[in-house]
Amino acid sequence: MTTAAVVGLSLVLFVLGVVAFFVKKDLLTQFMAVEIMLNAANLAFLGLARGTDRLDAQVIIFLVMTVAAAEAAVGLAIVLLVFRRKKSIRTEDFRTLRG
Amino acid sequence: MMMPAYAWIPLAPALGALTLFLLGRRLARKTVSILASTSVAISLALSLLATLRLPPGGTSGLQTQTHRLMTWLSAGSFQVEAALRFDALSAVMVLIVSGIGLIIHVYSAGYMSRDRDYGRYFAGLNLFTFAMLLLVLADNLVLMFVGWEGVGLCSYLLIGFWFEKPSAAAAGKKAFLVNRIGDAGFVLGILVLLSAAGTTSFAGIAEAVSNGRIAPAMAGLAALLLFVGAAGKSAQIPLHIWLPDAMEGPTPVSALIHAATMVTAGVYMIARMNVLYAFAPGAGRIVAVVGALTAVYAGTIALVQNDIKRVLAYSTISQLGYMFLGCGVGAYAAGIFHLFTHAFFKSLLFLAAGSVIHALSGEQDIRRMGGLRKHLPITAPVFFIGALAIAGVPFLSGFFSKDAILVSAFAAGFPFLGILGLAGAVLTAFYMFRLVFLAFFGEERISPENKAHVHESPSIMTGPLVVLAAGSILAGYLGLPIVLGEKANLFFRFLGLVAPVLDKGHLGPAAEWGLILASAASAAFGIGLAYLLYIRNTALPGRWAARRPGLHKLLLHGYYVDEFYDAAIVAPLVRGSESVYRRFDLEVIDASLDGAAKAAGVFGKAAAILQTGWVKDYALAFVLGLTLLVGALLV
Repeated sequence: MTTAAVVGLSLVLFVLGVVAFFVKKDLLTQFMAVEIMLNAANLAFLGLARGTDRLDAQVIIFLVMTVAAAEAAVGLAIVLLVFRRKKSIRTEDFRTLRG
Repeated sequence: MMMPAYAWIPLAPALGALTLFLLGRRLARKTVSILASTSVAISLALSLLATLRLPPGGTSGLQTQTHRLMTWLSAGSFQVEAALRFDALSAVMVLIVSGIGLIIHVYSAGYMSRDRDYGRYFAGLNLFTFAMLLLVLADNLVLMFVGWEGVGLCSYLLIGFWFEKPSAAAAGKKAFLVNRIGDAGFVLGILVLLSAAGTTSFAGIAEAVSNGRIAPAMAGLAALLLFVGAAGKSAQIPLHIWLPDAMEGPTPVSALIHAATMVTAGVYMIARMNVLYAFAPGAGRIVAVVGALTAVYAGTIALVQNDIKRVLAYSTISQLGYMFLGCGVGAYAAGIFHLFTHAFFKSLLFLAAGSVIHALSGEQDIRRMGGLRKHLPITAPVFFIGALAIAGVPFLSGFFSKDAILVSAFAAGFPFLGILGLAGAVLTAFYMFRLVFLAFFGEERISPENKAHVHESPSIMTGPLVVLAAGSILAGYLGLPIVLGEKANLFFRFLGLVAPVLDKGHLGPAAEWGLILASAASAAFGIGLAYLLYIRNTALPGRWAARRPGLHKLLLHGYYVDEFYDAAIVAPLVRGSESVYRRFDLEVIDASLDGAAKAAGVFGKAAAILQTGWVKDYALAFVLGLTLLVGALLV
């Protein structure tokens, strides 16, 4: 596969993630959409790394994976706690940040 | 480089002050007083050593030594050295400051023994000694000004020592503020000299004056501005008003700072700048006139005061007037000589007054004293000696120094000022002996509760009194009258050209003997009048006062100068500040601050519309922002 194809795939994945985030209404699915966006970014790094023969992009992939893992742990815990409090994970139910 | 002995003189009191300010509360009382007195004793020993070591040479008989510690300020061609100067004049001054200072430190150990803030008191006294030594040792006007402000600060701190008393706090503030006016003149004078001569060092200024590099008008202006500073510090008309109020401080402080040393700093400064004043005779004449007027003016106020310390305060103002008269007519050595003898008898009078106040449990009103000589077997005779000395009775120190000034005034061609001086001498003799007769002679008018424990002071207080009494008698013999020959005056020969005497100091033997008789006669007249009024016919003063109540009240209130300043300067200032406060502080500054706060609130309200609380709105903002960023990068 060429670099362009890999980057193109990652772009498609990213847009899918964004669309999913806006379309879906429950926190857990939106969370998964975020994960897709992160992985799309990783894929883009990978493709570009292959194309340019440089290692720094691959290093960044590891960083992103670590961050994604940590984020998943914290995010899931937040989802759990939110559900316990409100018995709901629909984002429309949370508007306490309104100014 | 080895530092000469005189450069070490100010160090010990500085260290003493530092230690006492930091640890004064923790140390035992005995340690505090011993530490403070020892530090001044070290200064005295070093002063004596340095004076004895002054090498002979030059026209003045003794050489001038200078020692540069470091370059303090340097900006382009402007340079100020932290340098010390030691010559005959500095030697006289450091001996007075450390000598009288030591005696008063010892006395204070007794006088203040019951005071709560023992450490703070001695810390202030030591700091004062340091600043005063720096003032008289400085080699340029800027460093001198540092000492000048230092003594002013200590004066403020010690006048307001009992700051719980509102009158003491107010008196300290008044002294500080009035001195600011004088100091502003001093600073302007320094700046004028700096722009005209390009230097502030005494040698540099003297050289610039003798080379004619300074225009006479500039020299006159600088001399006048410096005299404004001197008038502030030395309480001359019109800045004399702070000194009587300064009596709120502890009595030894009045003796050291407000009689013997600090208030004479103005006289010292004029004598130090004598080359400048010789070059600007107009300014010198003003100094002489102000001095003579002050001498008489303050003397008349002292005639009717009833507070023992206020009489002495007005007397100090009056005697400082004599010193300025001497310096103004060009007899700097005579002015310094009077400064020297005055330091003995005036500190003696103050300390003896302190002993009286101590004996009477704080009573200061001479109307409630009387007959004290029976109760105070040491204080009474030494006070009597001090009074004789200041009154100018022959063979005591005040007579010699006052005579030297009067001779100079006549010899310099100011007979009117000389006559004013003689009139002042009558006043001096009268008010001093009014004080003596009212306090120590006659019937006892002591209040019963004070009378119960009238007692002579402990020996730690009477000892210093006896030493000062000896000085008050003997100090004058260093400067015998000129009629006995040019060589008779050791003091003038010691000072030499550092503080010159008049060239034409001679009046001729007949006139000089005449003057000696005249000043002796004025002293006798003043004392005789006081005897008549306060011993012989005690009803007379009251009747005279009743016959001219206006005049009596005028004198009692010091010619209403305080009231005049209040109405003419203080009240308009307060009113003006009040209206500025209302119109500008409240309506402009406060209003603009409130407006800024209100504007921030309004803006926040408007911006809060963006915060919808919908997660998707925020996500949309992210995406839009990201798109914008990426777009910007791509384009």
